[in-house]
Amino acid sequence: MGKILQMKNITKRFPGVLANDRVNLDLEAGEIHALIGENGAGKSTLMSILFGIYKQNEGEIYYKGQKLDINNPNDAIDAGIGMVHQHFMLVPTLTVTENIILGSEPTKSLGRIDIDKAVAKVRKLSQEYGLEVDPLAKIKDISVGMEQRVEILKVLYRQAEVLIFDEPTAVLTPQEVEGLYKIMYNLIDQGKSIIFITHKLKEVLSVSDHITVLRKGKSIGTVETAQASERELAQMMVGREVLLEVDKEPANLGDVRVEVKGLNLNDNKGVKVLDDINFQIREGEILGIAGVEGNGQSELVEVLTGLTKATEGIFKLEGQELLNSTARNIREAKVGHIPEDRHKHGLVLDYSVEDNLVLGHHYKDPFAKGINFDFNALEDNAKRLIKEYDIRPANKDAKVKSFSGGNQQKVIVAREFDFGPELLIASQPTRGVDIGAIEFIHKRIIEQRDAGKAVLVISAELSEIMSLSDRIAVMYEGRIVDIVEADKVTKEELGLLMTGGSKSKEESK
Amino acid sequence: MDILTQIFNLQTLYATIRMATPLVIAAIGGIFCERSGIINIALEGMMLMGAFIAVLISYFTGSPWLGLIGATVFGGVFAVIHAFVSIKYHADQVVSGVALNMLAAGGTVFLLNVFFNTSGTSPAVNSLPYWGPFKPTVYFGLLFVLVAHYVIFHTTFGLRVRSIGEHPHAADSVGINVELTRYICVIISGMLAGFAGAHLSLGVLNIFREGMTAGRGFIALAAMIFGKWTPFGALGAGLLFGFFQAVQIRLQGFAIPSEFVQMIPYIFTVVALAGVIGRATPPAAIGKPFKKNNRS
Repeated sequence: MGKILQMKNITKRFPGVLANDRVNLDLEAGEIHALIGENGAGKSTLMSILFGIYKQNEGEIYYKGQKLDINNPNDAIDAGIGMVHQHFMLVPTLTVTENIILGSEPTKSLGRIDIDKAVAKVRKLSQEYGLEVDPLAKIKDISVGMEQRVEILKVLYRQAEVLIFDEPTAVLTPQEVEGLYKIMYNLIDQGKSIIFITHKLKEVLSVSDHITVLRKGKSIGTVETAQASERELAQMMVGREVLLEVDKEPANLGDVRVEVKGLNLNDNKGVKVLDDINFQIREGEILGIAGVEGNGQSELVEVLTGLTKATEGIFKLEGQELLNSTARNIREAKVGHIPEDRHKHGLVLDYSVEDNLVLGHHYKDPFAKGINFDFNALEDNAKRLIKEYDIRPANKDAKVKSFSGGNQQKVIVAREFDFGPELLIASQPTRGVDIGAIEFIHKRIIEQRDAGKAVLVISAELSEIMSLSDRIAVMYEGRIVDIVEADKVTKEELGLLMTGGSKSKEESK
Repeated sequence: MDILTQIFNLQTLYATIRMATPLVIAAIGGIFCERSGIINIALEGMMLMGAFIAVLISYFTGSPWLGLIGATVFGGVFAVIHAFVSIKYHADQVVSGVALNMLAAGGTVFLLNVFFNTSGTSPAVNSLPYWGPFKPTVYFGLLFVLVAHYVIFHTTFGLRVRSIGEHPHAADSVGINVELTRYICVIISGMLAGFAGAHLSLGVLNIFREGMTAGRGFIALAAMIFGKWTPFGALGAGLLFGFFQAVQIRLQGFAIPSEFVQMIPYIFTVVALAGVIGRATPPAAIGKPFKKNNRS
């Protein structure tokens, strides 16, 4: 098999950022080639260049041995390069068929779309490649998995030879991921070649033939999948040894710092969402809250951070009653909060990094002088935190929405950890974040614990809860069904508790 | 009974259709514009400009037909301002629309002075002839409904227009020229609004009067929404609003205070828009400037 596509010494500069620095990528015909790297490593930029969304500053692209000049997506499509976008490029109000043919519609006289022909063609392609779709359904009515199949069909309809899959598994359930793998193998059997972008190592190892690793805009190397290991790849991605597990000393417990007693919350229909929640957190302790999502964890965090008013109960931090106080008072009492949805509650996406780093403290010394900002203080704060928390790109004036998930999360972590909280509430702290940032955030959380703070961690990832926590409280249907020592419990036991089964429910009551 | 026969007779039907015509034509213009993702509250101003240009050209050439064509062409030219500001410079489309409305309101008065040396009302000019019970513009209005329906729902161009109003980045990713398509749609909307304006000045009357559109551009906008951004919907809504305007004129001889009667079409518009017809969902990308390569 020869090389179908070669990208040579691709360099792309954005103002202030070198997004791709002489990157090389060779794609063999008929292979699945994985492109991996942390968020912000330059994978998306490289693929945007290949697909004609950006133009490279330097470097060449060779396709089937010939130099190819790609100025816009049309050039790429004409050449036979297709992109299956991570954020589906589908029009919700149009049908599956209309979305597939959009831009290259079969027509009859008078510019009339030949919809029958289009539907027949979609049916044929759908059968040929085993991509089951309903050609006449509207996009807004179909499942995410089917939307993805429509995206793939869109590319096949345009007779693509090379398909780029941009983080295709991010939005899929585990069953759908299996289905996608089958589709990918099927495409290879039909003679297509695939570039598969991801940052999940397990996926890469199970489907790809070759792996190219990018780091900070540079291509680190290409390896054969059969000879690669997870540890080695992680190291190539991050540039150093990565701890796939959290490394922590035994807890050094102090006095009880946080006390929650008899906490109840009814929703506006009168249904109990939180039912008699009791727990304590000591100085230097991490209490993890495990549970299947939707069992009251989010509401608990909202109550503790002042976003929702509880029906009754006690929430004391060092003896100070904080329940149903305002969010500002709670912050003044030194409660730090990493919200579960960083876009909704953690950041103002259209603000700069500098501004986001002072949110919630902006009215206080040293940032405010009377009714004025002290802009020098804001700037110093931003520069210091960007360095300390390794926020990339290190541009304090860039809007936060242009940052990767991991770096957005680092902005929140920097803001919430730096003001010296006595209680830290971290809800889904590493959701949608790449492995380098996960490791970083975990380390910072452990540091807070070791500095004698009380930490409450809520996560849907059982492995995260188990590796971070000293004690684990399991929530089910608004109640804490049990609190267990983290080192004396197995995944299976926790799983059982999370689904309402109990080994010691009577004792805990 | 007397009142009812006064209201429901053949004259009312004719009046309804006459009143509905400018609303329907302008609403179809609005549909093209908004389906492509550009808000057009400047329909009012575009109609007013069209009405003026129609009279102006009819006055100097003596041909109402040239007036009609001129109004249509100039409506398109006038719309280019809106297109340029909204598409090229990503300006707020509502602000641009308001500016255009004010420009038309002031500009027509100014030009009235320049060309006719009067303020308020132009001299009488040749108006369009009757074709049967109606002026030709009425038949064109119905034709526009059919053509617009065909173009929007059955042609390549229509599919592309619908896609860029909902998800311009998706359209862009398959190589559709979003900006060009939007320019075309905004210009079409200006041309239709100009045509609708000519119907008012040369179809219904034979003069131009200051502010003669009297909010019809906004009612057209309401008809567009009421008709859920479809040509046949706009036709139905336009006829309904036209009916109330016609009835309002009929009722002016009765004991009901005329101010109250004049309110009827507007009150009905508000009630209709408040959700009687069920949720009217506008195109998703409406009002949002399209910027290429904007990764958020």
